[in-house]
Amino acid sequence: MQTAPFDYYRPETVAEAVDLLTSVEGSRAIAGGHSLLPAMKLRVANPPALVDLSLIEGLTGITQNGDSLMIGALTSHAAVAASDVVKAACPVLADTASHIGDPQVRNRGTIGGSLAHADPAADYPTLMKAIGATIHITGGGGGERSFSADDFFVDLFTTGLAAGELVTAVEVPVMGTGQSGAYIKHRHPASSYAVVGVAAIVTVEGGSCTAAAIGIGGVTGKPERAASAEAALVGQEPSNDSIVAAAATVGDDLANPIGDLYASGEFRVHLASVLTKRVLAEAFGQPAD
Amino acid sequence: MTTTERVFGKSVRRLEDPRLITGKGRFTDNLSRDGMAHMVVVRSPYAHAKVKSIDTSTAAAMPGVVGVYTGQEMAAAGFGGIPCAWVVPDSDTQTPSHPPIAIDTVRYVGDAVAIVLAESEAQARDATYAVDVDYERLGVVVNPKAATEDGAPLVHDEVAGNQCFHWTVSGGDVEAAFSQADVVVGETIVNQRLIPTAMEPRAALGDWDSAMESVTLWVTSQNPHIARFLLSLDTGIPEHKIRVVAPDVGGGFGSKIAHYPEDSMVIFASQQLDRPVKWTETRTENYLATTHGRDHVEEVEMAAKSDGTILGLRAKTWANLGAYLSTASTGVPTILHGLMLSGAYTIPAIHEDVYGVFTNTTPVDAYRGAGRPEATFMVERMMDLVARELSMDPVELRRKNLIPPFTDGHEVATGLIYDTGNYEPALDQALEMFGYEEARKQQSAARAKGRLVGIGVVTYTEICGLGPSEVAGAVGFGGGLWESAIVRFHPSGKVHLMVGVSPHGQGEATTFAQIVSDQLGVAVEDVEVVYGDTDQTPMGWGTYGSRTTPVASGAIMGAIEELKEKGTKIAAHLLEAAEEDVEFSDGVFSVKGSREEGKTIQDIALAANTAWSMPEGVDPGFEASSFFNPANFVYPFGTHIAQVEVDPETGEIDFQRYVAVDDCGPIINPMIVEGQIHGGIVQGAAQVLWEGAHYDDEGNLTTGSMMDYAIPKAEFLPKFELGKTETPTNVNPLGVKGVGETGTIGSTPTVYNAVMDALAHLGVEQIDMPLTPEKVWRAIDEAQKGGN
Repeated sequence: MQTAPFDYYRPETVAEAVDLLTSVEGSRAIAGGHSLLPAMKLRVANPPALVDLSLIEGLTGITQNGDSLMIGALTSHAAVAASDVVKAACPVLADTASHIGDPQVRNRGTIGGSLAHADPAADYPTLMKAIGATIHITGGGGGERSFSADDFFVDLFTTGLAAGELVTAVEVPVMGTGQSGAYIKHRHPASSYAVVGVAAIVTVEGGSCTAAAIGIGGVTGKPERAASAEAALVGQEPSNDSIVAAAATVGDDLANPIGDLYASGEFRVHLASVLTKRVLAEAFGQPAD
Repeated sequence: MTTTERVFGKSVRRLEDPRLITGKGRFTDNLSRDGMAHMVVVRSPYAHAKVKSIDTSTAAAMPGVVGVYTGQEMAAAGFGGIPCAWVVPDSDTQTPSHPPIAIDTVRYVGDAVAIVLAESEAQARDATYAVDVDYERLGVVVNPKAATEDGAPLVHDEVAGNQCFHWTVSGGDVEAAFSQADVVVGETIVNQRLIPTAMEPRAALGDWDSAMESVTLWVTSQNPHIARFLLSLDTGIPEHKIRVVAPDVGGGFGSKIAHYPEDSMVIFASQQLDRPVKWTETRTENYLATTHGRDHVEEVEMAAKSDGTILGLRAKTWANLGAYLSTASTGVPTILHGLMLSGAYTIPAIHEDVYGVFTNTTPVDAYRGAGRPEATFMVERMMDLVARELSMDPVELRRKNLIPPFTDGHEVATGLIYDTGNYEPALDQALEMFGYEEARKQQSAARAKGRLVGIGVVTYTEICGLGPSEVAGAVGFGGGLWESAIVRFHPSGKVHLMVGVSPHGQGEATTFAQIVSDQLGVAVEDVEVVYGDTDQTPMGWGTYGSRTTPVASGAIMGAIEELKEKGTKIAAHLLEAAEEDVEFSDGVFSVKGSREEGKTIQDIALAANTAWSMPEGVDPGFEASSFFNPANFVYPFGTHIAQVEVDPETGEIDFQRYVAVDDCGPIINPMIVEGQIHGGIVQGAAQVLWEGAHYDDEGNLTTGSMMDYAIPKAEFLPKFELGKTETPTNVNPLGVKGVGETGTIGSTPTVYNAVMDALAHLGVEQIDMPLTPEKVWRAIDEAQKGGN
């Protein structure tokens, strides 16, 4: 299949890109193209113009500033997965990146693109929700601003990005003492996308869980926090019983699940509960029951 | 080069692979002709609609567009309906017209409504979006059983109840069998629709020569001679003015048997434009407009005595044919299906009613196994249900009912006469390889801990090596099923072997060269196997039905024998010896006991091609042509065993082990045979675990891409453990049986039975394939709620 005809721009600065996205009617930003191009080939998306961000300097790379990692929006999944900095500071992020799609997807796809696309079947949004990432943005009328992951994801394929705005970087907290995380997913056998993905970031101090954040993707239009499960864990000693009890509450925070031929909403909620149990066991270093 | 190395039975590396794996293959879409235009098809987005009007004016004016044509225009140019080549006799088969481009009604999503021709494919595709078709939507039916019910929308106005045919097979006294039975088991089986998904989509390149009034069609075909024959029927071009070439073809699995509308469209367009015209389908089109497979609803029952003796099997089957009759469509759910319902067992009474049904879906035709996987699934599913009902080990039930060894024909209740078989050694070997008894113990131990481990065992046989031409005629197939071959030695001793079959991935460029090498003592590399071009090869009926090696090898062997005889005469003449004193072995004709003074077959080839000194009455040249019409089909068989473990929480199935012991007679190339078995197992297991085409009630294919339709990936699969027994057939000179479909035929019920074995103790009785995690989870959940 081929796309409908479109104009193509390749700016070299963020300012130029923002200017194009603002001035060219209907234009869309493109980075790795692994979500937009397939939609265009099916002519589900027919933007009259694409603004290719790949030549813009300064949007790629990973740096650690004290307690946080700053990841440029154009950083590929493969680069995140392979980064020694990420592996040391936030192993769950490197691990999640290493299981996105397949090698081709990881080589082309970018973290900024994935977050801006906000596909409920994507992996990064779920992890960012749990980990408490900050998404940095520029352009439009607002200049530079930032969103928490909680505020950034609005609905299916919908974020807080306004017209003409670009994601420039993602800021992820470094794992602290006693803190660990895990992400697991149920892959669709055809697309390999996450049907349901669950990320957990937990802190254990003095044998007790002092903080827990659980992100659940694929069940509803946007990644959700399993607040009831988190609350059930805090103050408890990590154990099979506490994990099972927490996971059993996951459905309480997942209203209006989405469904398709492969997995109904009801099954997705069920999977979220099972995967929560398993991801917590992994995050706490408990043997899975 | 003369060789004494015997290569029959050796894993000779495939001669065709170096070019294929270095990107030098020549597939239809790689081909280009001077002045070539590109065709893109406008397809219906609706499953059933009247075509009120088509406005092509905007599209025709777009950049690069050189023509836009409708079905009306194609019909006006003399192109007729696409013929169906298999009309099952005694079944009142209805054969409604199938215009290559729909004229007034579209009957499935993907049905062609117009074609656009342009200088580039991109220009043609852009213009298709500008063809304005006014549709009036009609009622839609997609399920084959529902389609036969009162009030269902009619796919073809003239076909009452959407029933294309009603065919029956009957043998033995079925009523008595069921009335005398101690146990009767039954199930409604949905053998779901599958999408063949060959790696290469279809393509066609037509080049009309207006001076010669002839056409060349390069096309992704499994059977170019059949394509030529059928094209002569609907294009109006006489057969001797048609050349069909199947260049490298990237798999078919049955989906490239059919004569497709696009084959005729590119010829029509080439005539209209007086330019070559190429069309290549996208994967989306491949899923919509290339034939699908299976799609049966089957109500099956089996009767048995309490000691496990099987008494009878009866079934009603609704076979979805799709919107139109594809080339072999009516034969697949009848002859290739119902006649196989005895499986590997003595079943004294069998009856099946098969209803072929039209629906508003993509036409259904052969897909790897074509009818036999469906039959084997029915038999093997019932065997497991009987075993469960009688609390017998499924292996012992099978062993008890296996047909005893036979070497010269065994007739089953459906009337088929199996060629040769010895089923129990394959069963024993498979059990041994699997460690069956130990595995059952481990299964019990795992179950005690709540783990759901399942083991499935299947003993199968199948009909292939199609087949005797007399039978083809008697069962309504519109062609023969014999093969021919020409073995031609050139003056330098190099060999061309020309065959009418048309391999498209199976490796016969190698295995046929091995036969020639082994028999005539020429090096494998010195034999070029020529196939796929009707102008370069003798008549043959193509590659499908696991027939290529069992049938074509008969013709090859006939030509080889003739050359041995002729070579002996020439050698005797040159050696000044009596003919009866000359023997031939490993490439050398010599007087007995003096091989060193003998003549190599290359010497003879040179002598015969130059003809400076020929024996009296012997013609020049060193080539032979032979025809082979097999006296029977061949029946490979085997035992397959699978182990799975079901995750009780998520319904996910871990496919853990697979043992397959197959018997396809003497093996020419073990590596190629193993490859065929591997691929077959994967496609059969995939039907159980992952693949399933799905239409919504509006007739939209909701699994229309590889994002939704789950083709198996290597990581889903265990390592396959293969064994073999070797029971030659007496149907062809080499004793070889087909092996292209056995894997699929055996693996579907094996894997399904394994999953059900893991779940049955929970009270789970039946789950429709594919066994997706949600379906398995729900079945477990419901069984537990049911108090089991």
